[in-house]
Amino acid sequence: MKIKKGIPLIDQHDKNFMYGGKFGGNFIPETLKKPIDDLTKLFSRLRKNKKFLKERDHYFKTYIGSPTPFIKLENLTNYLKGAQIYAKVVSEANGGAHKIYNATVHCLLARKAGKKFIVGDTGAGYAGKMLSMAAKKFGLKCKIFMGAKDIKRQRPNVEAMKKNGAIIVPVRTGSQTLVDAVSECMRYWVSNCDTTHMCVGSTVGPNIFVKICAWSTAQISRELIEQVKEEFGKIPKKLKLLNCVGGGSSAMGFWNEFMDTDAEFIGIEAGGPKKSKLHAAPLTNGSKIGILHGSAQYVIQNKEGQIGRTESISAGLDYPGISSLHCFLKDAKRARYTSASDEEALKAYELVSKLENISPSLEPSHAFAEAIKIAPKCKSSDVIIVNSCGDSIKDKDIIKKKLGSYIR
Amino acid sequence: MISKISVAFKKCKEEKRPALITYTVAGDNTKNNSLKILNTISEHADIVELGFPHNTPIADGGQIQESSYRALKNGIKLKNVFQIVKKFKISFPDKPLIMMGYFNLVYQYGENNFLKDCKVSGVDGLILVDLPFPENKSFANKCKKKSINFIQLISPTTPNKRMRKIIKNSHDMIYYISMLSTTGGKLKVSPKNILKNYNNIKKINRKKNIVIGFGITNKTIASLKKADGLVVGSQLCKTITNSLKNRLNTAKVLNNVVYNLKKKIT
Repeated sequence: MKIKKGIPLIDQHDKNFMYGGKFGGNFIPETLKKPIDDLTKLFSRLRKNKKFLKERDHYFKTYIGSPTPFIKLENLTNYLKGAQIYAKVVSEANGGAHKIYNATVHCLLARKAGKKFIVGDTGAGYAGKMLSMAAKKFGLKCKIFMGAKDIKRQRPNVEAMKKNGAIIVPVRTGSQTLVDAVSECMRYWVSNCDTTHMCVGSTVGPNIFVKICAWSTAQISRELIEQVKEEFGKIPKKLKLLNCVGGGSSAMGFWNEFMDTDAEFIGIEAGGPKKSKLHAAPLTNGSKIGILHGSAQYVIQNKEGQIGRTESISAGLDYPGISSLHCFLKDAKRARYTSASDEEALKAYELVSKLENISPSLEPSHAFAEAIKIAPKCKSSDVIIVNSCGDSIKDKDIIKKKLGSYIR
Repeated sequence: MISKISVAFKKCKEEKRPALITYTVAGDNTKNNSLKILNTISEHADIVELGFPHNTPIADGGQIQESSYRALKNGIKLKNVFQIVKKFKISFPDKPLIMMGYFNLVYQYGENNFLKDCKVSGVDGLILVDLPFPENKSFANKCKKKSINFIQLISPTTPNKRMRKIIKNSHDMIYYISMLSTTGGKLKVSPKNILKNYNNIKKINRKKNIVIGFGITNKTIASLKKADGLVVGSQLCKTITNSLKNRLNTAKVLNNVVYNLKKKIT
């Protein structure tokens, strides 16, 4: 399996929309074939349309607040005594996370498709919060599907969604987390696809949703590659780009423009509690390929093909599958994947929040945990950049419970 | 050789009525009980559909989900499903049985292995909810070689050109989804409109047996009796749920429901 140079990664699929002949595709009920086909055509037309791109860039700049800062973490670098550590502070984007890019693009698409309703799934609540924000901005009625367990543990984002006027539908089937929210959202779309646009919250689901999401978050690396060149004069020889991966949307966006460079990609999955056998790390732990939510991917499952339970302190990474694009990057050996445990992520959150002016949420804290692990072993000429794609404020309750106090 | 599914439709046509197709979930609520249910309701059902449950279904409504979770909680595995089919087929060798489920289970079992066990146990047809045309072409061909019917689905969103291709690639039976809905939704389209769409499909190839499913209950079934066949699923799953709650004999209660459904279309 090989990545082709000069072609966007999202377009490197065959006629069945499969990457590397094994990942992705459209394993969907017949009812969704036409709506997905329509959306595929609309998107492929608009992404070549200069007027649409101008519109997108306009909202990215004036509404999302592009570019987000690129900063050196001096104190963390000095503390770890190894590589130079930087952060791309995507949490400075409007709403506080990278999910706003995908949400904004989906709302623009929904408007072009003449749809007045938009539905989406959410785990950590960021995808839902951003979709509700963008829906309000663009005048769409919004419904968010969220696992009942996640509603309890991500209260601040739930409040935000309500404020934005979205209807939140608690999902009480299965594990009551993201995986069930995505299923329920897709079921809703099956019943309402004639009037409603669906936004899948990450680079998962049928191929078109993988494409739209990765295309949207790519803004992160479009900014970053310029910021890196400005800081170092060129792309540093030894550059590591660290990003947490749940569904994989922020990592895809963070890496996209660096695909044809020598930059090393490291994806960090959620390893779950230290002493638990449960995790949300299909790539690290050698899960088998299966079909989940319309797409072939490495997925946590039992021998029969029943989707397995996951566990992670970070709701945003708590998903049994992983983007078909990351499966492709893994098998093509373009990216390397590892995991961090709940405890390691908490420690990383604490250290970064104490030393620096940023306070990463539990999702990027998984990536910081890996940075903390590898930085001391690197040369001082090596550069590590971590995508700080969410803010800890949403995890206040969990952190307080686990560590006794919350610092930011 | 003419398939058992075709024979069943032929017989119904001679009796000037649609075929009644039932859907229940294998292992709901136990392996033995689901076999008992199949055995009992096949008295009135012309074709039986047996679901093999998946814990992440993307097109099933609440009733079937509940049945599936119940079966999975009781530990149903594909090999048990095949055992149920085998035992059923020993008692009712001529009653067509269609297995229905999601592709990941087939994928993990291995396509060839799955079809081999279908053949050994006596499965007559397969419906895979999330393996649409043309992605299902190669698998459907494998089915044909084993004389197993691969049942293509058509929905109200299927464009005419695509419909023609699907029909061309179909076997003896086609499943028309009555409306935009998961299984078990309330019938939100008038029977007149459903039959209009049904006739459009029928016009393309009159030889194909086309059944209508989704939203069909004892209240709606009579209005659609012009079709070649009608599928009732969620209502049966709901009946199982209720009779379990009330500690009734599920097979007996279900048989009564199926009998009444049949009466409405005869």
